[in-house]
Amino acid sequence: MAARAARPDLEDRMPTFFRSLLTLMALALSGTAAADQPLTSGLDERIEALIAPGTDWVEKVILFRVPLPGSDAQMAFVVLWLIIAAFIFTFYFRFINLRGLAHGFRLIRGDYNDPRAAGEVTHFQALATALSGTVGLGNIAGVAIAVSVGGPGAVVWMMLAGFLGMSSKFVECTLGVKYRSVNPDGSISGGPMWYLSRGLAERGPALATLGKVCAVVFAIFCVGGSFGGANMFQSNQSFQQIVGVTGGAESWFADKGWLFGLIMAFFVALVIIGGIRSIARVTSKIVPLMGMIYITSGLVVIGAHIDQVPAAFALMLSSAFGVSSVAGGMLGVLAIGFQRAAFSSEAGIGSAAIAHSAVQTNEPVSEGVVALYEPFVDTIIVCTITALVIIISGVYVDGNGMSGVELTSEAFESAISWFPYVLAVAVILFAYSTMLAWSYYGLKSWTYLFGESRSAEYTYKTLFLLFVVAGASMQLGAVIGFSDAMILAMAFPNLLGIYFLLPTVRRELDRYWAKVQAGTLPTWRENLRRQRS
Amino acid sequence: MSEKFLVGLDGSECCQRAVAAALHQAQASRGSVVLSYVIPWSPFTFSTAEENALRHKRREEELARAAEQLLIPEQRRFEAAGIDCEVVARHGHPAKTLVQLAREYEVNMIIVGVIGDTPLKSRFLGGTASTLIQISPCPVLVVP
Repeated sequence: MAARAARPDLEDRMPTFFRSLLTLMALALSGTAAADQPLTSGLDERIEALIAPGTDWVEKVILFRVPLPGSDAQMAFVVLWLIIAAFIFTFYFRFINLRGLAHGFRLIRGDYNDPRAAGEVTHFQALATALSGTVGLGNIAGVAIAVSVGGPGAVVWMMLAGFLGMSSKFVECTLGVKYRSVNPDGSISGGPMWYLSRGLAERGPALATLGKVCAVVFAIFCVGGSFGGANMFQSNQSFQQIVGVTGGAESWFADKGWLFGLIMAFFVALVIIGGIRSIARVTSKIVPLMGMIYITSGLVVIGAHIDQVPAAFALMLSSAFGVSSVAGGMLGVLAIGFQRAAFSSEAGIGSAAIAHSAVQTNEPVSEGVVALYEPFVDTIIVCTITALVIIISGVYVDGNGMSGVELTSEAFESAISWFPYVLAVAVILFAYSTMLAWSYYGLKSWTYLFGESRSAEYTYKTLFLLFVVAGASMQLGAVIGFSDAMILAMAFPNLLGIYFLLPTVRRELDRYWAKVQAGTLPTWRENLRRQRS
Repeated sequence: MSEKFLVGLDGSECCQRAVAAALHQAQASRGSVVLSYVIPWSPFTFSTAEENALRHKRREEELARAAEQLLIPEQRRFEAAGIDCEVVARHGHPAKTLVQLAREYEVNMIIVGVIGDTPLKSRFLGGTASTLIQISPCPVLVVP
């Protein structure tokens, strides 16, 4: 029945879909026609030369670095901003990231589901959706970057940042549910745009203005982030992996980033413009499967070298407090680890609150507690596995200048020879699902800024596709800088507003927790019994 | 005490025979009937953010459609025969939800067709019916 309902919709959209696709093709061709160098390499360089100055500038402004006291290390101010907030939240909510875990697990398992609400979005589904947006290249490529730049010790700081970040997610997602809104078409919208504007409005006229400003600034950065880290970085890294498995520098693909970008853009377009939801639905089922395959393979590699695991942990811990090769010693390593963690878990960034807010519950705190598991799975479990594989394999020592997903691939290859092919598929699927998830976050922000209209939607979607192509055509350095900058910048308006909303969350938490402690929170069974009588 | 029958509908041809059986049973025992339709759903599936945002609305549409297209027309047939008839649509695991409904409405018997409404479901040869037989709190009449 769903397919029948979708069809008129599809026919309606097809012309626009093809039009955007033609625009893309034309753009690519106009570049080629003008090239007087060999056709292919010229195009990649051309796209890079066009975009790089802009991305460099954005990176410099947003990732301005503050020197850390007592050493010559520097840390991007925004990373400091994220970590301090996570630290404050952890203490303000009395280690909710530890004491909430057991209850969160029972919520995810469905112990407190309401049978009357069967058919609504469950805690499990909201968490799974949010995870498919965050698990991905941040964990596979990000860890490799952290290890190759900051040494094995960076992973320890990454895990610590992930642990503190759980508290940030808790706050965001609680607020996301509390201040969500129901649109005229019956769909539910939530996320920082809403909690910043509505939440702060409850706290007086002066804060109402601040809330509105924060919401708008957040939306702008979220659109930027959806073009950067959630798009260019993804298409760039999946392209690198394809080149890697098809023969490295000799690969036919090696200088055809733009072509790979076009193919990727085509598949993204099928879903976001073509409205072919079955692809999105299939992806949302395959991605968790790929995640399981990745984790299992990681555990197999670690299991095969179980005798080296204590040494690997020892190496991580000892180098966490400074190695000679990293500028700034311990603080230098810490800065790198924290930055990769921020990018991997997106805690404090605000994006996850958009995905979590559709859950069915009358208790906003319950979704916050469930959201604790997001950084836990994403940054603590998956990142630790990746890090162990890389460290045990030893490939990071003489990495031959390899970084990102190439390094992870090499590490896995040393244990399982055919794994790079599996990883290539996983990386592309992760990249694809992250792109789809973020195109939704970005679109929500875009329509928050420009209003809900078809032309606004298509403008956003066309821009989104152009950045897919651009991402595959550029060098890793330029892409990482820009994507970090745009995604991390979302933390400024988001956390600033959240500070003013902390007492609200505290009240909600205390009320909810008293119920949990007293055992008065109705469980699934009690709900069922009540329904019967 | 008069008998109460729970009928599990699924829109297949086979379930028409289940309805006929229920009609016959209810008339014979002067009992009443609860017509139910379970929309297959699991709390542990994966979905996209966009689907989640629309889920609440879709759920209500699904329930409304089940009532309008399936349950109400059948209900009229029972009422025309002078049988007291309630209708209910729910999301959930088909067999488990039927058991829940059986307890909730305190019925004496569950009546279902043996084959599901899609080719895939029929391949499992009445998975719902065979599960139901094992977990039901009351007698089950499976109509071939």
